[in-house]
Formats: sequence, structure tokens, C-alpha cells
Amino acid sequence: MAERPALSIQDLTVSFDTPEGEVSAVSGLTVDVAPGETLAIVGESGSGKSQSFLATMGLLTRNGHTRGRAFLDGKDLLAMKRHELDQYRGRDISMVFQDPMTAFNPVLRLSRQLTETLCAHRKMSASQARARTIEMLARVGIPDPEKRMTMYPHQLSGGMRQRAMIAMALLCGPKVLIADEPTTALDVTIQAQILELFADLKREFGMALILITHDLGVVAALADRIAVMYAGRIVEQAACDELFENPRHPYTRALLQSTPRADMDEASLYAIPGQPPNLQRLPAGCAFMPRCSAAIDRCAASPPALETLESGHHTACFRARELKEIA
Amino acid sequence: MLGFAIRRLLSTIPVLFIALTICFFILRLAPGGPFDEERSLPENVLANLQAHYHLDKPLIEQYFRYIGSVVRGDLGPSFTTEDFTVAELIALGLPYTLILGGSAFILAILFGVASGIISGLYQNRSADYVTSATVMTGLIIPSFLMAPILQLVFGVQLEWLPVGGWGDGSIAYLTLPVIVLSLTHIARISRLMRGSLIETMSANYIRTARSKGIGEKLVVLRHAIKPALLPVLSYLGPAAGYLLTGSLVVETIFGLPGIGRYFINAALSRDYGMVLGTVIFYMVVIVILNLLVDLAYAYLDPKVRVR
Amino acid sequence: MIFSTEKRKALAAAFEKGDAVAGRSLTADAWRRLLRNRAAFVSLWVLGALILLALFGPFILPYDHETPDWAAFRAPPSIESGHYFGTDQNGRDVLARTLFGTRISLLVAVIATAVSVIIGVLYGATAGYIGGRLDAVMMRFVDIMYALPYILFVILLMVIFGRNVILLFIGIGAVEWLTMARIVRGQTLSLREREFIEAARAAGQTTARIITRHITPNLIGPVIIYATLTVPEIIITESFLSYLGFGVQEPLTSLGTLISEGADVMEVMPWLLFFPALFLVLFLLSLSFIGDGLRDAFDPKDR
Repeated sequence: MAERPALSIQDLTVSFDTPEGEVSAVSGLTVDVAPGETLAIVGESGSGKSQSFLATMGLLTRNGHTRGRAFLDGKDLLAMKRHELDQYRGRDISMVFQDPMTAFNPVLRLSRQLTETLCAHRKMSASQARARTIEMLARVGIPDPEKRMTMYPHQLSGGMRQRAMIAMALLCGPKVLIADEPTTALDVTIQAQILELFADLKREFGMALILITHDLGVVAALADRIAVMYAGRIVEQAACDELFENPRHPYTRALLQSTPRADMDEASLYAIPGQPPNLQRLPAGCAFMPRCSAAIDRCAASPPALETLESGHHTACFRARELKEIA
Repeated sequence: MLGFAIRRLLSTIPVLFIALTICFFILRLAPGGPFDEERSLPENVLANLQAHYHLDKPLIEQYFRYIGSVVRGDLGPSFTTEDFTVAELIALGLPYTLILGGSAFILAILFGVASGIISGLYQNRSADYVTSATVMTGLIIPSFLMAPILQLVFGVQLEWLPVGGWGDGSIAYLTLPVIVLSLTHIARISRLMRGSLIETMSANYIRTARSKGIGEKLVVLRHAIKPALLPVLSYLGPAAGYLLTGSLVVETIFGLPGIGRYFINAALSRDYGMVLGTVIFYMVVIVILNLLVDLAYAYLDPKVRVR
Repeated sequence: MIFSTEKRKALAAAFEKGDAVAGRSLTADAWRRLLRNRAAFVSLWVLGALILLALFGPFILPYDHETPDWAAFRAPPSIESGHYFGTDQNGRDVLARTLFGTRISLLVAVIATAVSVIIGVLYGATAGYIGGRLDAVMMRFVDIMYALPYILFVILLMVIFGRNVILLFIGIGAVEWLTMARIVRGQTLSLREREFIEAARAAGQTTARIITRHITPNLIGPVIIYATLTVPEIIITESFLSYLGFGVQEPLTSLGTLISEGADVMEVMPWLLFFPALFLVLFLLSLSFIGDGLRDAFDPKDR
């Protein structure tokens, strides 16, 4: 890539202390996102997709540990002290959270929660911050923003709250916006509106967008590139069209088959057999092996590394090349 | 807001009424009366006394007579302390009880909340253990035991503070009683605040606040403290009640002339008027304090306010 | 809920999905966690020792709690005389009195807790199971009772009906049931929706029978935990009343009465205060550690 990536995560490992011992949530994740690019991270719950980016922003729970590097504009976020990190998060990198119901503070008015970002990073006065916030709320499609500003989160509908959350994340014009399942908690019709909003905003602000989701359907329209995660590792990464047309990893294929599409009848919908892996006792080999129909003996020995098959398409499967022919 | 307050206040009237009724009949149905101790009273004097206080009338008539006067704001005469009405006796004790209870209440909130915040922010680290252990002594050692210990140490051995009495009402005389009265509540508030702050700090909206890079200080002060205070606040209503009953012991131990001592004396001498009057007074105070707590709650929790 | 730590729980749930721990019941699991909690483990031993001492100690001691030893008045603790805790103004052995007092305090705690549990469980289960308007009225009543200075009522009872120990038990129990009722109601509300209750209802069982036979047995866990936390409250309440002179009276005695007597003479005979106080504090301390341990064991959230 010629351009310097907006965010470059290298060899990120996240683990949690639990009463039953250490649990590894993410192991050796490496991924870049270019300025203006939309990267979708897809995986089941527990695949480590959210934890990777919470770790990047220093937002893990107290029992979480992070190793690795995450360069934002050349500076390693993971090496920073908390007050140093606070100069970047909210300004250059910001996050939209999954559940707008619980992600807003229930006892503070929206105005307080929105303007404080501007006050902290842009050193704006209260009235400047207010004006800018109202502008942004109007931009994300909140009618009557002056009035909404004075409300408490519970007085807004789910869709409005999510719009407000997006406005909050965009206030300082971040270079990287991470959206963690931004539509999961919403009604289907509102989901579509919010996705459309993301697309518009990206065109307008030109930030890099990282879209974390379990739903391939959500990303198809929006993403430039997709990374599929399984058990804390990226198992396949490719440009959006390439991945949909030419999936190499058995997990990606299964995922695609299990995603309902308009051109499929219900009977052909596929359910991946077995359970997601137990992160406390990951197998020595490929984590997907127990559920994989194409597994061979070699898969049990060691986890396959991410290999480049062709330009921009990486897969972590020993049989990726053979399977290409089969497909 | 005003409507909320008035509705709340009105809804407590039946409660007060029921409690008053129960107390009245418990007292009257029990054997013994206020003039039992004065055994030498001749028959006719006793009859006169009974008549004077309407004790010779049927119970039900006495009841309505009493309720009637209470509604008019008259708590009636004391049966055993001559020439004093119940209201006068309460007024005599009130300043002492108010100063004692009020100081203990404020102390409990300040120290309880502060120590709870320290414990909660430094969960399972040494600052938490030291604070929690210190505060826990207040829960483990009941006031009637803590009082003599403190009296012995600070009053008798070190001679820093007076052992008891009101003296000139200066801080020196108040220190030990107020500390003894507040310790239990410092402990309870501290535990509540700790648990609630820990829970709040792991809430999603705290993560959101952190993601904005506004600095940990603002995250705690602006985003965490207020919601974490809600459980503490709802404890303050009952706490006020506990403080009032706790003041019975503290006033007795330290020989302070508050309402608690009047109540105990009245209970022992079956001074019906005084006992009922004190109970009514206590309940009114508690109801008002609970109302204030509810209002504060409504202020802190917008969901309640809207309703 | 706003305050819940959903994310962490979801994560934990995701971790556990892989292998369900089979064949180990919830209670066995909780018991194992309780024993691993060092403070609770030590407290269990201390509490056990205290109870054994209180129950059997008086049979072994050469002195009883009320007969004066004419050879030793106001004697400080000593090994030679056999008065290990010393004697009081009337020559009575303090060890014997302390053990006897512990016995009475224990008895009050057990009976009053039982009273509070019975009232609380029945009240809470009824309100929770029947629900609707009755539930609203019953719980409003509990709210109201919370606001009343109930110690005053106990004092009134004691004054009026004489200082009767049985009445003391019942009186204390009758005012300590409120929180129990709330907890039980909450549990019942969720139990009510479960299949086996549905089945009992479909089988035409009466409401009273469903409450006593189906709901109540399933409440045992939370009830035990809360009862453990109630015991120290009750011991304190009893001691508090005894201290004020409204509780246990001579010739009976309780830890509260002993402390009250000891406090009067603490400057000249500190052992009269020290030993009963030590027993009371050990009691309360071990009970509160066990209660906390139980709560953590059944509800393993890191508080």
C-alpha cells in the first residue's frame, strides 16, 4: 500500500484473567485500514472482533491485557499512558457502540454528553461547542436538534439515539471511526437508514471506517474490504467483491451459505455444525477444524498462518489452494 | 415537581394514621397505667386525675378525642411531667437531638461517600482494603460497645474529650456522640457506594465516556459519581430512621438531654401522651426526610422526574 | 438494566458455552466456592467453636452463671483461681456468664430469624405469586413499614407486656422481615413464569398449595443467604434493647446485657466489658464474613 494506513494494527493479542485462568480473546491480529477505506470485520460473537478494537482504544475491562502495536498516524496507541491516549481517542479515533440504550449516560443530558468531546479536544467554548453539535445533529438527520439536545437519552427512540451516537463520534472529525455492531440493536427499517447514513457520512468526511458486525449482509453494500475473524484470528481477508465471489476459507464459505439472501430459498440456508470454540482451551491446530468439513490431519498440528493467495486476498487455511479448485 | 411532592406527602397521611392507631391501642390495652407508681394516691384523687386526662371515658371516645386534638396540632399534656404539654417537652429535647442527629447524618454521608469512592476506584487494591477494613469496624462494633470504648480511650485515658454530657454544647462535647452515632452509617453508605461505583464503572456508558478522551477525572466525576449515588440516596431515608433510633442509645450513654431520653423515660413511666407524641413526632420527621430523599432522587434520576 | 455488566457476562457466557460442566449442582459449586474463600472458611470454624462453647461449655465449667463465689469478688482474670475471665461485683464467674449470655443471644437470633423468615417468605411469596393489585398494595405496605422507627414499637411492646423473653424473640422477628419479603417477592416473580409452576397450575392445584409446595422450596438459596445476613442484625438489635434495659432481664442474661453492665464499671473492672464484647464482636465478624462469602458463592460477581 503506497499510502500510510490510517490505522495499522500489528500482532495484537488480547487476553482476559478469569477465575478459571487466562482466556485468550485475540491472538496475533494484524490489519491495516487506509484513509477513506471501509474495512468490515466479520465474525461470530466471541470471535474477538469487538475486543480487538476496544483494546486498540484502551477500553478493555480491568481484567483484560493487551500486547502488540496499533499505529494511528504513526503513533503507537498501545504504548501510550492513559492521559496521552486521551489526546487521541475521541479526536482522531472514535467509536460508535452497539447498544445506544446503554451507551449513553442515563443521568446526563445529551448536550452535556456531546459537547464535552469538543470542549476537551478542540478547546471550544460552551456556546461554540453547542452550535457545532447542533450542526452535527442536524447532519445525521435528527430533526429539531436544539430541542433534542436538552433531552435525556431515554427520551429518544433507538434510531435517534444511534444517530446521536454517530454524531458524537464524528464531532471532532476523526481519521478513524470504529462502529461496533452499530445496527444490531435496531429495527430492520432503521438499520437500513443508519447504514445509508454511514455511507453518506463517509463520502462527506472521508474518514477510515471500521465496521464490526456478525452480519455479512450489513457489510456487503458498505465495505471496501472484509476481514473474517474466527476464535481470535483473522482467517480470511479480501476485497469485498472478491470475498463474496471467491471465498477460500471453509469458515467464510459456511458463513456465506448461512447468510440469507434474496436470491436463495429458505431450504438452502445452511447452519454451521458444532459450537463456537471454547477460548479457554483452544486446540493446538486450526480452531475451526472441529467444525470443518475439509479438515485433514495437518490441521490439528498447528494453526495455519495467513497466506497471500493473490494480491489482496489472504487466507489462513492449509487447503485454501486445493479448495479453490474444488469450488 | 411541586405536585410530586404534595402527592407524596398526602400518601403518607394514611400511614401515619394507621401507625398512630396501632400505638394508641397497644398502649391502652396493656395492663398498667401512668399513675400506678404513685400508689399512695387516694381513690378520689386518682379518679380526679383519671377524669382530668379523660382516662375514665370509654376507650373509643378517648381515641377519637385524641385523634381530634392531634389533627388540630395539639399533642396533649404529658401525664407524668406536670405542667408540661407533650409539645413543650419535645421542644425542649428537639435542639439536642437535631444537632446530634443532623451532624451524624452529614458526617455519615460525607465520610461514607468519600470512603466508598476510594474503595470503589481502587477496587481490590491496598487502598480499598485499608479503607474497607477501617470502615467495617463501624459495622462490627455496635454503637453501645463503641461508645464505652471511645469514652475509655479519649475521655478517661487520654482526657482529650469529655466523657459525656452536653456541657456548653461545644464541638468537644459533641465529638464522641456524633462519631458513635454515625459510624454504622458511614460503614453502610461506604459499602453501598463502593459496590455501586464498581458496578457503574463497568457500565457501557462509562466505556463510551472513556472513548471520548475527556480524561479519567471527568469520566469519574461527571459520568460515574452521579448514577452511583442513586442507591446511596435511597438508603438515606431509612438511614434517617436508624439515626433517630440510634440516638436513643447515644443520648442515654452520653447523658444528652434529647428527645430519645424523654421517650425512654416516658415509655418506662407509661406516659401515654408523651409516648404517642414522640412516636408521632418521629414519624413526621422520618416522612419529611423520606420526602426530601425522594425529591433528591428525582433530581438525580431524570427517569423518575419525567414520570 | 442500566448498571449491568452485560458485556462481561456475555463474554463469560461465550467462554462457557464450549464445555458445560456436567454433573455438578449449583449448590455443590457454591459450597466449594465458599470453602475456597479464606475469610469465610476461618469464620465457619470460629462460629462453630463459639456455638459449641455456648452449648456445652456451661456443663464443663465448675461455676455457673448465677452462684456467687464467696472467695472471689471482683477478681481479675486468673488461671490459678479457675476464673479465667475473672468475676463480677457479685462474685459470679464471667466466663460462665459470657457463655450463658452467648447462649441466650444465639437463641434470640435463631428464633427471631425463624420468625422473620417465616413471615417474610410467606408474605413475599404471596405478593409475588398473586401479583397485580394485591402485590402493589402489599409492597407499598412494606415500603411504609421501612420508613417507621420500628425499634420504638419493640420498645413499646417490651414495656407494656412486661420484659418477656419470648415476646422479645417475636417482636424482633416481626420487625426484621421486611427485606426478606422484598427479596422473596423478587424471586417469586421470576419463578412464577417457570414451567413447573405452570404445570402445577394446569393440574388444578390451589394457590396456597402452589405457594407452599412449589414456590417456597425453590426459594431456599436466597433465603439462607439473607437469613445469614439477618442474624447479626438481630443479635445487635437484641443487645441494643438489652443495653437500654428493655431486653433480657436477670436472672437471664445476654451479651448485650453483659456489655451494658460491663460498660458501667469498665474503668475498675475492664474484664467485665472485654470478654462479652470479644464474644459479640467475634460472633458478628464471623457471621458477616460467612454471609458475604455465601453471597459471593451464589452470585459470583466481583464486588
